[in-house]
Amino acid sequence: MSETLLAAQGLVAGWEQPVAGPLDFALQAGEIVGLVGPNGVGKSTLLAALVGNARIFQGRIERRPGVRLSLQSQHLPPLAGLPLSGRELLALTGASAVGLPDWLADCLERRLDRLSGGQRQYLALWAVLQAPAEVVLLDEPSNNLDQAGTAHLAGALRARAAAGAGLLLVSHDPELVAAVCDRRVMLGERA
Amino acid sequence: MSLDSLDLFLQPFFTGLWFALLLPLLGCYLRLRQEWLAALAYAHVAAAGALLAMALSWPLGLGGFAAAGLAALGRRPLAARHGQGTVFALYLLAGWAAAVLLVANLPTAEQLGHALFDGQLYFTDRLQLWIGGLWCLGALLVLRRLSRSLLLGQLFPEFFRARQLPAWPAQVGFDLLAAGSLALGTMTLGVMATFALVFIPPWLAFSRAGNWRRGLLTALLVGVGSYLGVFVAALVFDQAFGPLLVLGLVGVGLVMGSIRSSRSR
Repeated sequence: MSETLLAAQGLVAGWEQPVAGPLDFALQAGEIVGLVGPNGVGKSTLLAALVGNARIFQGRIERRPGVRLSLQSQHLPPLAGLPLSGRELLALTGASAVGLPDWLADCLERRLDRLSGGQRQYLALWAVLQAPAEVVLLDEPSNNLDQAGTAHLAGALRARAAAGAGLLLVSHDPELVAAVCDRRVMLGERA
Repeated sequence: MSLDSLDLFLQPFFTGLWFALLLPLLGCYLRLRQEWLAALAYAHVAAAGALLAMALSWPLGLGGFAAAGLAALGRRPLAARHGQGTVFALYLLAGWAAAVLLVANLPTAEQLGHALFDGQLYFTDRLQLWIGGLWCLGALLVLRRLSRSLLLGQLFPEFFRARQLPAWPAQVGFDLLAAGSLALGTMTLGVMATFALVFIPPWLAFSRAGNWRRGLLTALLVGVGSYLGVFVAALVFDQAFGPLLVLGLVGVGLVMGSIRSSRSR
């Protein structure tokens, strides 16, 4: 029987005022759950609430003791003008480079601000996805990725789940959600 | 050369060398955090603190160190309200104004005021050598330990919160480390020489180095190399060390910057 890593019950979250929820879900080890809904419904805010960044107005979050979360946000790390290589970025979060596509593995020694936007995006995503953690929260991970990048991402997500992690995926890409998610949680507009 | 005169030469040399090792590395982390203005701000606050200590007949070093430390502790609450850049600018202005007023109103403070702003490396004594050496050694070890947390805090700010790990020990620890190092650097090398060592080597390193490790090494080589060259030049040409170090670093910066520009064309 699989174990629940992270769960939310009646979660309503926001910043100054409630903007998202209520959300009910439970994430098991080894599964990928898609959090879907129209733009502006507050999917990113709910992810922020799960890691303690946004304010919780109602409901509660249950986190299995000792579970480590890893969050990929839509904001790219500020890398302009910073002498940091791809390999150093991965080492920061403890992510392994094993499994990277060839088009990234070959440029791990280069400065990140001298890579293309897509390469930077994927490396930053990889640093979070492969960091030692039991739960990975992903916010629009396929942004700025081409078809090959999205296909590789789908494989990497399945492999991460197969290794025992629970993944919560926010995405506006229905093909990616359909390809990787075991089930979906639909969010509606707040009344 | 007698042992006494050799001592007189070696004491300031090694005292300054400690800071030439520490300040460029510290500057890399300040630049990473976009806090390079902090160097100038803490240096001015430390100078004002040392002058105030003199007025109160307290140890100068204690005054400078305490003033910079208090400024570091007050930075976060003030930045939350006014913004980080504004707080450093306010520190700089307040420190400068307080220092100038203290010099103007205390006849005995004039010499110290000039020494703090122009640099007084040749007048450092054995106590400063030991305090500076121990501080710099400790600061380098702490900086090495904080390095990953500081990089993570800047690039993946959610990392600590998502893992329910406290981020503040590294952040506040770095603030105090920076303030203390800049205070001691100011009281050893002077305000502008300290700022130049914190600003110029990281500026060059960030634009040239291929990775973080090489960036730290480049900043270190530029800082120590410039220090060694200027220390000899100041003795040979009998010039004030502080302004000469600033000019030397500016010259190195312009030359290295122009080489990079011509290569990139």
